[in-house]
Amino acid sequence: MRTRLKNISVCDPVQNINDKYDILIENGVITGLSAPGSDSSGADREIDFTGCVAVPGFFDMHVHLREPGREDKETVITGCNSAARGGFTGVACMPNTTPAIDSAETVHFIRMKAEKHLVDVHPVAAATLGRKGETLSPIAELSEAGAVAFSDDGVAIKTAAILRRVMEYANMFDRPVIEHCEDDSLAGGAMNEGFNSTIFGLSSVPPIAEELTVARDIMMAEYTGARVHIAHISTKNAIDLVRQGKAKGIKVTAEVTPHHFTLTDDMLAGYDTNYKMNPPLRTAEDVAAAVEGLRDGTIDCIASDHAPHTLEEKEMEFEYAPNGILGLETQVGITLTELYHNNILSLEQIVEKLAINPRKILGLEIPSIKEGAVANITILDPESEWQFDSSKMKSKSFNTPFHGTNYKGCAKAVINKGQIYHNDTFSTI
Amino acid sequence: MQIGIKHLLGLQGVSANDIQMLLDTATTFKQVLERPIKKVPTLQGKTVVNLFYENSTRTRISFELAEKRLSADAVNFSVSGSSVSKGETFKDTVRNIEAMKVDMIVVRHASAGVPLYLTKICKSIVINAGDGIHEHPTQALLDMFSIREKTGKLEGLKVCIVGDIAHSRVALSNIFGLKAMGAHVSLCGPATMIPRGIENLGVKVYTDIDKAMKENDVLNVLRIQLERKAREYFPSVREYHQFYGITQERIDRNNKDILILHPGPINRGVEITSDVADGPNQIILDQVTNGVAVRMSILYLLGTRTSEE
Ligand SMILES: [Zn+2]
Repeated sequence: MRTRLKNISVCDPVQNINDKYDILIENGVITGLSAPGSDSSGADREIDFTGCVAVPGFFDMHVHLREPGREDKETVITGCNSAARGGFTGVACMPNTTPAIDSAETVHFIRMKAEKHLVDVHPVAAATLGRKGETLSPIAELSEAGAVAFSDDGVAIKTAAILRRVMEYANMFDRPVIEHCEDDSLAGGAMNEGFNSTIFGLSSVPPIAEELTVARDIMMAEYTGARVHIAHISTKNAIDLVRQGKAKGIKVTAEVTPHHFTLTDDMLAGYDTNYKMNPPLRTAEDVAAAVEGLRDGTIDCIASDHAPHTLEEKEMEFEYAPNGILGLETQVGITLTELYHNNILSLEQIVEKLAINPRKILGLEIPSIKEGAVANITILDPESEWQFDSSKMKSKSFNTPFHGTNYKGCAKAVINKGQIYHNDTFSTI
Repeated sequence: MQIGIKHLLGLQGVSANDIQMLLDTATTFKQVLERPIKKVPTLQGKTVVNLFYENSTRTRISFELAEKRLSADAVNFSVSGSSVSKGETFKDTVRNIEAMKVDMIVVRHASAGVPLYLTKICKSIVINAGDGIHEHPTQALLDMFSIREKTGKLEGLKVCIVGDIAHSRVALSNIFGLKAMGAHVSLCGPATMIPRGIENLGVKVYTDIDKAMKENDVLNVLRIQLERKAREYFPSVREYHQFYGITQERIDRNNKDILILHPGPINRGVEITSDVADGPNQIILDQVTNGVAVRMSILYLLGTRTSEE
């Protein structure tokens, strides 16, 4: 199978190239990069990508695929379809499933489910058994089975004593600990604490619940020498703590979700449960700090925290509805609209946040667009204007606050494992 | 002239005109309540459902009486606990009720925002009888009615709300309503019970009850929740009573003309002592009587409102 992608710009910060090419792909491997029109050898298929940019395949390091346990919300396959549609060639899935991903069998089960899919799925395993914060999960065995990181996501690792041991143990395998930072004794509210929670009359969680745990985790990373990755960072002070930690040389990295760098808790005035997530939406000051954190490199990557829930669950009263929104199919649109077109990040920087840094953090091979490399590519159309329609999503769920939003910039196609997803269909390449 | 609002979801954003009309109409209904036959045919043929997801016998009975005295058909639908434990979703419950052709829904719920949500999923007129720790507009209206009845005015009056402001639905509605009517509103309670950012609403915050009593004309004393969870906010009932309890001795020492309100039910000996609860400064039972008149006023003005569409 020979496929030629024609008239496509290539943006690959690793090789430092940003130019226009025809890309020849043979059986999933890049075999030629040539000036547009210069290679006239035959191909089984040619696709014209004028106006588009090929970048190393995007990777979302924080998604909830819900399998095993809640296949009514999402499965590995529907989640992967959603990822492909959203422009991702790989995801890391969180362990808060039922049962939790705390055994090699469950890691194998998930990897097997995704084996034939275009999208790479790398399980993050639970740091403690059942995510209960009491006993270490079999970290060595899980690493061997393919777990790329350890986390009790949904909650922070319960005590400093267990955190310390998880860090020391995971560090032997050079696996990072991913922390959902929230002090349990201050947790439990339905929104961010502040003036808005006061006038909306909703239970609230103070920003310091996140910040205290971020501080604890960074200090523990310094003490143990282990790597800690702060998931879905959302407050200004937490971002400052990461900035200070990095300046001290501590091995701390951080991700932010598109909703946390664009939306504020003002959105909760209508009590729409599609704006309910954990960490909650914060203030305009926090949003500005997240954007600045992305700009100055304090925040290493963008991740969606894709969290599917059924319609019935999200239609519950605000206090009772579950936390979380979908993100895989809006992430690229939001990022290009808000960060690229607003001149906050260059395309190279966006590729770092969405393709390179997440894989670096998880110790995965970084795809490159060059001759001889396996084709792991996201094709962007940065100028295309489109409106997001939640009814057309590939995810099994619909819980998104972004229905009807207009974006500039989208993912046109993804290529990985000898397959291409283009025009809503998968085919071999 | 008819009332501007279509539903009574809260007092935030409700105009002084609407509040004035609600209070003035309540005055008329209070006269009806003084008659031997306390019933008018105003809402004959209308069906009102009291949808209570929280146990609140007093508020429900007050609404029920108001509905019956306006000749409406009143139906009670009580659900204990959340819809989560019940199996049926809130939306399904509401759709079932609406399928029975009702005109108005009076709703009490532990989750803020439910009255607003109701307006989105059904066509009935919605009256908020308390949502979470958000608003309880009919309570605030009856408090304002009672203050106005006693003092003759609201404008320029200094009203202080005392107690657990952070977990009160009464406080926020009183702040919005009283401020719309030109009163000066302040709050008094332990720092653990003052919600963040509340001063941005233009209210003064006291932690010293004696100072608050000296500087205000009216105290609206909130009930202290005695459940375990609420108890995390103060060391002991004894200490709360010592530092924030309204006693006759405090009234005599600080401001012997001060007017005392309490939304009930009273914890005697905790936030208020018996000598005050039964004493000359309080209007606690007037509030209960006025509650029926005020709720008649709301039901009447919203139930007879003709939509412009
Ligand atoms: Zn999380």
